[in-house]
Amino acid sequence: MATELLRVQDIAAEVQEKNLLEHINLVINEGEIHVLMGPNGAGKSTLGNVIMGHPSYHISHGSVRFLGEDITKMTPDKRARKGLFLSFQNPEEVPGVSLENFLRTAKSAIKGEEENVFVFNLALKKLMKTLDMDPSYADRQLNVGFSGGEKKKSEILQMLALEPRLAILDETDSGLDIDAVRIVSQGIKAFHNKSNALLIITHNTKILENITPDFVHILVKGRLVAQGDASLIRTIEQKGYAPFFETQEMLS
Amino acid sequence: MSKKKTKLEEMDFSRYDFRNREDPAYKVSNGLTKEIVSSISQEKHDPSWMLDFRLHCLEIYDHLKLPSWGPSLKELSLDEIATYVKPRTTMKDSWEEVPLQIKDTFERLGIPQAERESLAGVGAQYDSEVVYHNMQKEVSEQGVIYTDMESALTEHEDMVKKYFMKLVPPFDHKFAALHGAVWSGGSFVYVPEGIHVKAPLQSYFRLNAAGAGQFEHTLIILAPGSSLHFIEGCSAPKYNVLNLHAGCVELYVGEGARLRYSTIENWSKNMMNLNTKRAKVERNGTIEWVSGSFGSHISMLYPSSLLVGEGAHSQYTGITFAGKGQILDTGAKVIHSAPNTTSSISTKSISKNGGVSITRSQVSVAAKAFGVKSTVSCESLMLDSLSRSDTIPAMDIKNDQADIGHEARIGRISDQAIYYLMTRGIGEKDARTLIVRGFADPIAKELPMEYAVEMNNLINLEMEGSIG
Repeated sequence: MATELLRVQDIAAEVQEKNLLEHINLVINEGEIHVLMGPNGAGKSTLGNVIMGHPSYHISHGSVRFLGEDITKMTPDKRARKGLFLSFQNPEEVPGVSLENFLRTAKSAIKGEEENVFVFNLALKKLMKTLDMDPSYADRQLNVGFSGGEKKKSEILQMLALEPRLAILDETDSGLDIDAVRIVSQGIKAFHNKSNALLIITHNTKILENITPDFVHILVKGRLVAQGDASLIRTIEQKGYAPFFETQEMLS
Repeated sequence: MSKKKTKLEEMDFSRYDFRNREDPAYKVSNGLTKEIVSSISQEKHDPSWMLDFRLHCLEIYDHLKLPSWGPSLKELSLDEIATYVKPRTTMKDSWEEVPLQIKDTFERLGIPQAERESLAGVGAQYDSEVVYHNMQKEVSEQGVIYTDMESALTEHEDMVKKYFMKLVPPFDHKFAALHGAVWSGGSFVYVPEGIHVKAPLQSYFRLNAAGAGQFEHTLIILAPGSSLHFIEGCSAPKYNVLNLHAGCVELYVGEGARLRYSTIENWSKNMMNLNTKRAKVERNGTIEWVSGSFGSHISMLYPSSLLVGEGAHSQYTGITFAGKGQILDTGAKVIHSAPNTTSSISTKSISKNGGVSITRSQVSVAAKAFGVKSTVSCESLMLDSLSRSDTIPAMDIKNDQADIGHEARIGRISDQAIYYLMTRGIGEKDARTLIVRGFADPIAKELPMEYAVEMNNLINLEMEGSIG
């Protein structure tokens, strides 16, 4: 029986007293790939950030558990050290800090011991090769002057290097050309195994051509309105999100 | 703020903050009088022209007013400062001969080790006098002179007479006059024509006595076509009374010569650092200033470059880190008085815990200095809402064929960037440190290796103290 990684239980989240999420329930087990879809502004990124522990969101109800432990009040760095990962749509630029230095610092923090500089360098170069990244990127300042595609690849590289138990990918496919989408989905495939899991947040279906999810969730106006298997994606491709708005209205 | 924080703040400068029992061979009484200046001169066996010069400077000092701009210097009273404290030793050229307590001081500051590993020569001053000076034999065989100012005054009197306080004349400002009256110690360097000194020379200035002043004079002369990297370091233990540092640096860069002058300043936070540094650069010569200001209570320091020969170049790279109770008023000045001269000023300042960091830049272009190019870039990072940061640029361009650029940026650490690093497992404190280090990185790259490491350590220590 697969171990439960994440359990989101009846979460309500708000920012400045504005409700963004309500009655969210979500369970993710080892080995699973989940997809979270929904129209723009539905709250998909918010849910990713709430699971990761963004300090701006206030959890007014419910709990988040990871590997059985209540992490609702835990800071993001502690969640990351437990095995959570969130890839960003538009990651922050950090001038003067090289990608490699940053990633080695992160890896050391997660492992709880200093990474060997030489060993890490070799491992990183290898991972960069699988993502078709120029090795010189390791010395570049973190995300500074990276193109959209380079930023996304850098996020996937970080996922591969940090080896989280659960990776949440927020719109990692948006704004990418066909080749980049292919490389990113190769990265996802390289990452996925029986003891980890993925939650892929997206609002288009291109990236899912290469990946078969176990579960698909539909988020509309801050509520999960439908859950199904991969076939749900076809429904959305054909009918859009319109039918789900009705469900959302019924629920609220 | 918690108790823990106080403890960390005291730890901040622990590497520099250790005192030796005061045991001077001679110490003048506090204050500044004709008698005190005369007794310093006598103690130092000055030639008579130097005594006359000192007394002349004292008269100028008495006539000049405190600067009307910049941070207030009202709390400084010369009546409470001993301007000359002579250590109980003479200058040695072997560490073995330096008295144990003083030798230990410089050991703890890592000076003899740096000398063995990466320097061509070292000078070390303790309070008012230089206690150690040595240079590699190969370098002295090239004709390079590197010694204390006192020895230079006897051994190279003509050169000293020709250059001493000509670039920074005593009437320049009140503390230049004070310096002229009570100067003691410092280094003299002469590099002959065409000679390239491969490893850096370093002079270190340590002020151990409480309520004392340090007034070292650094005079560097580069003959045409020569090059040198000179490093200046300074520190002091912390006391509850004010200390004063009013040093003077005069750099003469000959035709086609190249001088890099690096400073890492770690004065304790009871220091008034009112230092004057100036370089005169001849045709196609280059002066590169690299300056890190971390310590002192109040600093006023604006290294100036006079570009007097066609094609001369000046580059200033500076970083300041102003913490609690500190006002670091720094910057750079360039005077383009010859055609086709170029300059760049690049500064980064960090302020936290109520620290004030002020960056001034001044670029002047003379009427007939055509074809001048100059760029000024000042960036500031404030780590909390208590702290302050100001950028004050000034430009005086007297012809219309100059290419001048200026940019200034003042910002705070982005919460989003901290969150981003935290989602990768990095704790909040480490995330802030990483961001601040990244901000300082372009400057750290300019510093000699061991100083770059030291600057990173300082940022670590400063950051530990800053998390409330």
